[in-house]
Amino acid sequence: MVKVVFIEPAGAEVEIDAAEGWSLMQVATSQGVEGIDAECGGSCACATCHCYIEGEAAEAVPPPSESELAMLDHVVAERRPNSRLSCQIKAEPMIDGLILRVAETQS
Amino acid sequence: MVIVGAGQGGLQLAESLRSEGWTGPIRLFGEEPYAPYNRPPLSKAVLCGDQSADHLTIRGPDFFAKKAIELSTGTRVTAIDRAAREVVLADGGRVAYEGLALATGSRARTLPLPGADLDGIMVLRTLDDAEALCRRMAEARAIAVVGGGFIGLEVAASARKFDREVTLIEALPRLMARAVSPAISDWYADLHTRRGVRLLLSTGVTGFAGVDGRVTGVETSAGPIAADLVIVGVGVIPDDALARACGLDCDRGVIVDDFSRTSDPTIVALGDCTARRLPDGTLRRLESVQNAVEQAKSGAARLMGKERPFTATPWFWSDQYDVKLQMAGLSAGADTSVTLGSPEEARFSLLHWRDGRFVGCDSINRPADHMAARKLLDRGTDLTAAEAADPAFDLAARARAG
Ligand SMILES: Cc1cc2nc3c(=O)[nH]c(=O)nc-3n(C[C@H](O)[C@H](O)[C@H](O)COP(=O)(O)OP(=O)(O)OC[C@H]3O[C@@H](n4cnc5c(N)ncnc54)[C@H](O)[C@@H]3O)c2cc1C
Ligand code: FES
Repeated sequence: MVKVVFIEPAGAEVEIDAAEGWSLMQVATSQGVEGIDAECGGSCACATCHCYIEGEAAEAVPPPSESELAMLDHVVAERRPNSRLSCQIKAEPMIDGLILRVAETQS
Repeated sequence: MVIVGAGQGGLQLAESLRSEGWTGPIRLFGEEPYAPYNRPPLSKAVLCGDQSADHLTIRGPDFFAKKAIELSTGTRVTAIDRAAREVVLADGGRVAYEGLALATGSRARTLPLPGADLDGIMVLRTLDDAEALCRRMAEARAIAVVGGGFIGLEVAASARKFDREVTLIEALPRLMARAVSPAISDWYADLHTRRGVRLLLSTGVTGFAGVDGRVTGVETSAGPIAADLVIVGVGVIPDDALARACGLDCDRGVIVDDFSRTSDPTIVALGDCTARRLPDGTLRRLESVQNAVEQAKSGAARLMGKERPFTATPWFWSDQYDVKLQMAGLSAGADTSVTLGSPEEARFSLLHWRDGRFVGCDSINRPADHMAARKLLDRGTDLTAAEAADPAFDLAARARAG
């Protein structure tokens, strides 16, 4: 299990023990974290699972692929250096403790 | 509130009812034995073995509890009694509704041809279909795919990943003819051929051959094709049976407007089971996640007495091999196109105009173009083909500028 914390747009913190191998988008939507639309179900085709990654563990998250970067240019909320598509990050031991602040809006 | 059909659209409607402020009971009935799941990966990552089926579930049990959405899986609604405002369940039980949403989706079309019921001829619509297909694909030697639409091509690509011999048979002269421009069709025909799929275009299927009840081949206008597994991907039939039986207006789908209203003011319909009446009177049938989600949001607003018209630009995607195709807008009947990027390097987009109006964009491995085009189309833009054809043209910058 990998511990991750989502901060919903309204400010509530949701701590989740994620099963290894799942994408953080799946982890969040299955628990009903507010503010993630994930319309494409994780295909990196919709940019509606946008989060800002924070905390020490953010350093350990593998960098975005080229196609994720391209999609990130078009997120609806502000694009920041720590913007990521949560469907493209897998729950792995090295990201234990990661904080994901859900973008204020996805569409 | 009662929702019939626990797919992606039905689930979205339930969630949107809560975000619109509905605090009363919500009952979501689904015939399948599973909680709502994502269908698109069934022909993509799931078939390739890259994603296991339990990752498809959209919302876990805690979510339904938290939102007080009462989900009944394995429960078929058999009739709607509009006079009594009740739905009838398979076990004879009746559930009263104040507002009703139909989200019954569609069924895979089958071919009414000789031999169509042989063992080894399959369709792909549900998780059960996908699991059965995965098992069969592991044993199959020669696979025939009937239909060169998205599902057929995605299945063919997945089958090639396992190095299976694959023949794809399409009646029309080009692939994905309903959805993409001829240049994209040709590019994909080349891609599939290079990856080892035998493509038979302009080829009709006339029947299936079998031995001992098991399929051994497909009879086509180009001669017999040997196959021990056949996947039929020839489109879907909107599931409007309940609506027709209770007298709602239907025409190959429940007829709705931009607000997801049916001909009964207490009933909305959404997703694959609908045909949407556009302002010019024509009916539009779209089978996509976005369509189901947008219509669900409009439908939930409508049930709460609000107006939220569906105005978003249609979009869709398809993953075949390592190539991502994304479509924005509807480019059918386009008369002018401009290419950005490089088809040779498998990274390009085609922008389309019809009667001088920018109507759509097909992108191959250029997700940024897709997002930019959607922005422009959503806003309504005066982008011209001449402007886009300028070598210095920058689509992303144009989308930012408006
Ligand atoms: C293999 C595959 C790949 C796809 N790929 C893509 C893609 O890449 N991109 C994309 O945008 N779209 C894709 N689609 C299409 C997309 O999945 C559908 O458009 C979308 O799921 C429609 O949602 P829906 O809620 O209208 O219907 P569905 O998801 O079909 O849900 C309808 C549900 O209602 C249930 N039901 C029907 N009648 C009753 C009844 N009387 N009582 C109770 N329950 C009932 C059904 O069992 C079903 O579970 C794909 C579809 C398939 C099958
Ligand atoms: S879920 Fe669509 S891009 Fe992440």
